[in-house]
Amino acid sequence: MKVFRNILNVIKPTFEKGGKLEKLYPAYDAFETFLFVPDHTTKSGSHIRDSIDLKRTMFMVVIALIPCLLFGMWNVGYQYNYATSGEMGVFEEFMYGFWRFIPLILVSYIVGLTVEFAFAVFRGHQVNEGYLVTGMLIPLTMPIDVPLWMLAISVIFAVVIGKEVFGGTGMNILNPALSARAFLFFAYPTYMSGDKVWVSEAMIDSHSGATILGDLASKKGWDQGSWSTFDMFAGFIPGSVGETSIIAIGIGAIILLLTGVGSWRIILSTFIGGYLMAYLFNLWGYNELMQTPAHIHLIIGSFAFGAVFMATDPVTASQTNLGKYIYGFLIGVFAILIRVFNPAYPEGMMLAILLMNVFAPLIDHYVIQSNINRRLKRVKSTN
Amino acid sequence: MSIKENLFSSKHKKLIKDPLDDNNPITIQVLGICSALAITVKLEPAIVMSFSVLFVLSVANVVISLIRKMIPSRIRIIVQLVVIATLVILVDQFLKAYLYDVSKQLSVFVGLIITNCIIMGRLEAFGLANGPWKSFLDGIGNSIGYAWVLIVVAFFRELFGTGQLYGYQIIPLDWYVDSTNMAAGGYVNNGMMILPPMALVTVGIIIWIQRSRNKKLIEDK
Repeated sequence: MKVFRNILNVIKPTFEKGGKLEKLYPAYDAFETFLFVPDHTTKSGSHIRDSIDLKRTMFMVVIALIPCLLFGMWNVGYQYNYATSGEMGVFEEFMYGFWRFIPLILVSYIVGLTVEFAFAVFRGHQVNEGYLVTGMLIPLTMPIDVPLWMLAISVIFAVVIGKEVFGGTGMNILNPALSARAFLFFAYPTYMSGDKVWVSEAMIDSHSGATILGDLASKKGWDQGSWSTFDMFAGFIPGSVGETSIIAIGIGAIILLLTGVGSWRIILSTFIGGYLMAYLFNLWGYNELMQTPAHIHLIIGSFAFGAVFMATDPVTASQTNLGKYIYGFLIGVFAILIRVFNPAYPEGMMLAILLMNVFAPLIDHYVIQSNINRRLKRVKSTN
Repeated sequence: MSIKENLFSSKHKKLIKDPLDDNNPITIQVLGICSALAITVKLEPAIVMSFSVLFVLSVANVVISLIRKMIPSRIRIIVQLVVIATLVILVDQFLKAYLYDVSKQLSVFVGLIITNCIIMGRLEAFGLANGPWKSFLDGIGNSIGYAWVLIVVAFFRELFGTGQLYGYQIIPLDWYVDSTNMAAGGYVNNGMMILPPMALVTVGIIIWIQRSRNKKLIEDK
């Protein structure tokens, strides 16, 4: 580490005020604070919320995503092997998925960080570290075959329109990773939905690449035979890269909860809301999606991934404790509602979270107002 | 009216220049948004719409300005509506006679010019209080301010949404993905641009650029 420190100390004057490259100071600052705990002191009144700074918080989320990432890579190879009935070993499957998936991560990070750096230099503020997580989440929510230029466009859209317009990290209303996915979903629907995109090279070989939800929505019926409940739980099913395995997501969730980065209130209430809504539909039982058992609803599609990694985003979620319960519960309810009632959008989780992102400040407002009113009443009654 | 002003004095020029940037009806006053979202999918209807609004607004402003001293203030809104509605019906009939295809594309939105907030707003704020020549200039200025935003939005939406401009293919057809061989890759039109939300985002980006260029628009902290 000393080597890095020395290098940084040598080049520092070039970037400081009066130096040759003072315009690029934000870029230098980003690298320095990425490697070392910054020695800046607060200049105005300080507001301490946590003992660790934002970069380390964000890094925890990246670590929590690693199980999903590794499993997702292997599953890409496994699904390809399964659909083409090839004869790959486990390791070959993983390497196949690895080489298919690495370009997505690279494009996401290179394009996203370039935009972030450009904005930081242009506006003269620090480079925001939020993109460390967003850049990993975006490829994990994509189908494996998404064309790279589409991915690049959606990343630019998410960073510029989803985040920088509002003032950068911490100011955004919508979850940037989901903004990218929603943009792709509506802009290029043939590459983001249907039964041709979820298994690698399904477009070439014309083997089926439908997700379970896609099958259900197109009324092909609930084929328990091809995928057992355990398959769905462990994640041996087609889908977006990171979303399939509940086990991998569960490991990530434990890391998030132990480090206190994710909110257990949101995760818990999302699952409760989803389960209750699905259970109500079971009682109604009108079509295939309604008849799908409630616990199955929670382990297929991106329900779990969204609940753990997307809904808990501290910037866009509710801030008050009661608000978190309401926010999470409604995400669960709307996700199942959209799934069941709108077959054109078999995955309702993305839309449900984006919708509740918009409502989160409103929920907080009413929670705080009711607190104030209750206390006012108490004060008045004692007087 | 004691001093006779030059027809194109600097004050009069300001009436036309102001709504183009500093006081744009769409980007600053945020009026007439509904039509800006609805008819900017393609360039042609946006241009026709712009001319229709130009005609209706400038003529209505002059008419109201001429009769402003006769209108009892209690029923001024109704009088304004009658004037606007008459002009809109004229435009509608004209389009049906000479530009039938565009008229069909614009469908109900020609009729809805009546409810375009910009027109009512200008009549109330300007036509009722100023002379006919000034009102005419104000009408022209505001409708051009409305038109350029509409045309810029429509330009980007048509180019990226359908790959065309004014109905002509701009993005070469060879670049497109082959529907029988999707895996080979290629260009795909952006379906989001055709949806109304993207018009809102495009207007938002125009506002963003305008505000960062024009220092007068930045609010005091």
